[in-house]
Amino acid sequence: MLLGFLPLAWLIASALGWWQWHLNADPIAQVTDQLGLWALRLLLITLCITPLRHATGWIRLTLLRRPLGLLAFLYVCLHLTLYVAIDQGFNTAILWDDIVKRRWITMGLMAFLLLLPLALTSTRAAMRRLGRRWQTVHYAIYPAVLAACTHYYWQVKRDIRPPLVYATVFALLMLLRWVRYRQKAR
Amino acid sequence: MRKRIPTLSEHQVTPEGQYLSRRTLISGALATGVSLLSGTSDATSPTGTPLRATRNSTLSVSVPANSWDDITSYNNYYEFGTDKADPAANAGKLITHPWTVTIGGEADITGPIALEDLLKPHALEERIYRLRCVEAWSMVVPWVGIPLADVLKRFKPTSKAKFVRFTTLNDPAQMPGVRSRVLSWPYTEGLRMDEAMHPLSLLAVGLYGRTLPNQNGAPLRLVVPWKYGFKSIKAIVRIDFVERLPRSSWMNANPTEYGFYANVNPSVDHPRWSQASERHIGGGLFAARQPTLPFNGYAEQVADLYRGMDLKAQF
Repeated sequence: MLLGFLPLAWLIASALGWWQWHLNADPIAQVTDQLGLWALRLLLITLCITPLRHATGWIRLTLLRRPLGLLAFLYVCLHLTLYVAIDQGFNTAILWDDIVKRRWITMGLMAFLLLLPLALTSTRAAMRRLGRRWQTVHYAIYPAVLAACTHYYWQVKRDIRPPLVYATVFALLMLLRWVRYRQKAR
Repeated sequence: MRKRIPTLSEHQVTPEGQYLSRRTLISGALATGVSLLSGTSDATSPTGTPLRATRNSTLSVSVPANSWDDITSYNNYYEFGTDKADPAANAGKLITHPWTVTIGGEADITGPIALEDLLKPHALEERIYRLRCVEAWSMVVPWVGIPLADVLKRFKPTSKAKFVRFTTLNDPAQMPGVRSRVLSWPYTEGLRMDEAMHPLSLLAVGLYGRTLPNQNGAPLRLVVPWKYGFKSIKAIVRIDFVERLPRSSWMNANPTEYGFYANVNPSVDHPRWSQASERHIGGGLFAARQPTLPFNGYAEQVADLYRGMDLKAQF
């Protein structure tokens, strides 16, 4: 679990120029990209937990789901903050223009808005209050990760291979769920 | 008549000696952990053979040039990979000597010519140019090169020569990136004849007074400072005079996003991002964007070339 903080620690160490680490010539773009990538990776890892539990029968794996999801959300928030606060300097006119004109930005914002209620309802109190509806609310993880994959795919300039790898992993994880759903329905 | 570039004075340019001492200062800052403010990466020493060149102050901007590190570590050169760090990592093995450029098409004199013979009649100039990438970042680069027009005229283009097409080396043995079909290889670019003949168009062979590093397009590259960086084709092996508008690799890749002219234009957005502002490289993690200038600040010299054209349609 603590491993999930390593990318963030690495980015901070690079930004400070510790040891031989350093950021590249365009640090704002690099840090924003890396935070986004790690957010997506952690979301996909979070989605691996349930299939892994089914495969291994190890119930305790479920304990990892919430902290992993929240960690992913931390990266999402930092990613969004860098874009809004540092890259665009809170310029609301430009931000609004980006949101309405550029579908990859729209898609990224959508992913954030879908994840926000999941983070807010991640407490025990919220679970108790929502009861059975909690699970329904948290199915939003699927469209959220789909939106995140699409955001990445639409963002790249030319080399679509990396975003396709992530989309494929997501598709496989969804396929596992579908297969299990079919088996249970029978 | 040549017009002076406005607003800037020469004393602001960083000469190499001073640039080196500034780098030493920055290394010190790195050790104490404040590179967050300067945003500079590990210092590497300039490489390459020193060149004898005279600065062309009239055609140079007088803003400080980016560091050798920034210019040589952050490159778009898909022949060596699509990541910005790939060219610096993978281009080292490219053999740039001997090098032959083939001249073809609508000209009286055509055929292969050795790079030394191509350069021999010309005096090298240093020109400090702004570089604006289509990805909305920018640098200032001290190139060494020769005016493209002077070279092209030697081959006596005929009246049929309306455009010039440039071609990059396409060698899978030396360029790992061309094994994937991310662009249509070989990389090609083109200029209209009057653009190619413009005094700002430069054939560059050097950087910071030394021969070009491979990742920056050695041994011979184009520099057209009022256009987005992808027009400035690297490792040129062919120059053809042609009658019809040549299709470039980026036009083939995505004709709605990359046009033939590719003039820097803050009022014509890339379909997926705004071109109104740019991140100037070297400002660090907290630097504000700066506004992008029409024709990358060279409007006074080049706007006349496009008089009467709809620059939104012919982007």
